[in-house]
Amino acid sequence: MRNVIPVLAVTAALIALWYAAVVPMNAQWAQDQARRAGQELTFTALVADTMSQQRPRLPAPHQVAQELWNSTVVEEMTGRRGFMNTGTLSNRSLVYHGWVTLSATLLGFAIGSALGITLAVGIVYNRAMDASVMPWAIASQTIPILAIAPMIIVVLNAVGITGLVPKAIISTYLSFFPVVVGMVKGLRAPDHMQLDQMKTYSASGPQVFFKLRLPSSMPYLFASLKVAIAAALVGAIVAELPTGAVAGLGARLLSGSYYGQTVQIWSALFAAAILAAGMVALIGVIQRITLRRMGMAT
Amino acid sequence: MTRLQETGGVQWAGMALAFLLAVGLGGTGDLGLATVLLLLAVVVLGLLPPARRAWAWALAIAGALAWAGQALLPFAASSLPVWGAVVAIWLGAWMLVAQLAEAPRASGLLGRFQALLAPLIFGATLLWLWEVTVRALDVPRVILPAPSSIWERILRSTDVLWVDFVQTFVKGALSGYAIGVGAALVFALLVDRSDFLRRGLLPVGNFLAALPIIGTAPIFVMWFGFDWQSKAAVVVAMVFFPMLVNTVQGLAATDAMQRDLMRTYNASWGQALLRLRLPAAMPFIFNGLKISSTLALIGAIVAEFFGSPTRGMGFRISTEVGRLQLDMVWAEIAVAALAGSLFYGVIALAERGVTFWHPSQRGR
Repeated sequence: MRNVIPVLAVTAALIALWYAAVVPMNAQWAQDQARRAGQELTFTALVADTMSQQRPRLPAPHQVAQELWNSTVVEEMTGRRGFMNTGTLSNRSLVYHGWVTLSATLLGFAIGSALGITLAVGIVYNRAMDASVMPWAIASQTIPILAIAPMIIVVLNAVGITGLVPKAIISTYLSFFPVVVGMVKGLRAPDHMQLDQMKTYSASGPQVFFKLRLPSSMPYLFASLKVAIAAALVGAIVAELPTGAVAGLGARLLSGSYYGQTVQIWSALFAAAILAAGMVALIGVIQRITLRRMGMAT
Repeated sequence: MTRLQETGGVQWAGMALAFLLAVGLGGTGDLGLATVLLLLAVVVLGLLPPARRAWAWALAIAGALAWAGQALLPFAASSLPVWGAVVAIWLGAWMLVAQLAEAPRASGLLGRFQALLAPLIFGATLLWLWEVTVRALDVPRVILPAPSSIWERILRSTDVLWVDFVQTFVKGALSGYAIGVGAALVFALLVDRSDFLRRGLLPVGNFLAALPIIGTAPIFVMWFGFDWQSKAAVVVAMVFFPMLVNTVQGLAATDAMQRDLMRTYNASWGQALLRLRLPAAMPFIFNGLKISSTLALIGAIVAEFFGSPTRGMGFRISTEVGRLQLDMVWAEIAVAALAGSLFYGVIALAERGVTFWHPSQRGR
């Protein structure tokens, strides 16, 4: 916990930098407005104006926080289409859009990690797969899948697959790779001594796998799951860009950029950040509990 | 030879079936390459000492497979014998890869080539499967074009592809990559001078590196306009934090003994940095460089979805999808994949040269 103070200091410095950047970024607009009204802006008036514009080039942190609050709690509690009034999530709230993105992320992440673990087992136990699949798994990641995500979405839509699945496929593609790499490393982590020991116990193949290889791969697995879920979220967000911006955090980004609603873009961005941080933290907690129960906690 | 007998009977049977089917189907098509391979295999089989015969067998199998694969293409239709042949050829290719994986590694340049063979065969098989499936099932061109038509498209529109490549890769990705990596390196050196900053910045940087930074693309397009400057800015933002975190970690990778040794030599900060800590940080720095290289291309392409001049890979992909010209889209993807792989490969080569001493680079 000795890192708390430095982390807080750095965060505070970043926010201060942000505030400092708001003034010059938005000053042009404020000056133009004042000139049109025939006034001269004092410095304090200028600063006050740059902090509270409707469509700033760079919104101030408190504006983003305000928008985040308004579009989640306030919208659901008091909004006409909010949860309290209709019993369903409002399509103007970030809770709704966040959930759309999150469900695609989780589905893709689940498929991706299952696929990754299966591939890793195959690679560790089959030399032909080791020689042929691994280089292609690496090469597959140099293909900018994020860049071709729109095409995959559109094509799948044309075939009749819509909704959650196309987005989940993109997430799957992005999240399987870290799991493969981490899991292969983890399954190969037991050294010769340990494998020989299993042999002296006359352990069968499945026994070696379940009692030695699988447990010793757990720390590697969790480390790569954290990377994978962050990647899955990015995949889901980008996958939402092309389909005409219906729902999801990606759709919020796109519609915000169409209509110049910078505050909306930033709040969607922060909602995504909070989601990512929350999921990574959740995996961290599961990791700690699992490793402690296995007696591997550090 | 013993190696050969160890590979599964299923695969042998599949291989034999593939061969028979290929012969049965008439063996039409351009058989030049396959025949040459077969002849070569026979000659080599006769000349080689028994220990090396596995190679000749592999060559013979490759020849037969290429022959069977080519012979099958014109007949591709959704019928049982064709799918049987496809499965048989797939099994044969699998056996070939198994052969190569089991074969003893040659030394030197030949060994390197040998390591490339298995993935190459695997990739060729995948491409062939794609081609056969598209032909057999008569998949509409607007859903999935065959590799051959994509290749034709690439040949026909090299000029457009080149313009897009320059706009997105050279102007957007490369310049952003250089700026982002450079800034991160300089910043890491600054951070490194203060323990407080390092402890504060590492967790924050790690957090920021995991965020969907790609989402800042619309903001940067708004700030810097539609041309490549905004794409470069997105790339800088994406590349900066992974690079920073890796470099800071790398600079902390030396142990106390080594730093003490530098102190006993009365080395200045700069000398210690140049002689000890920068070289020790190189594996980490290259790790960051490799991660960033894939991020850079992705960032540049995705940023073009939010607005771009009428050229660039992302622009082309999104507009050609709208016009249902999927072969053009796949052509762009092929160029992007090739550029990305080459970029990655160049960095990996540089890594091998610079960090030859690191355990992960030895014993290959």
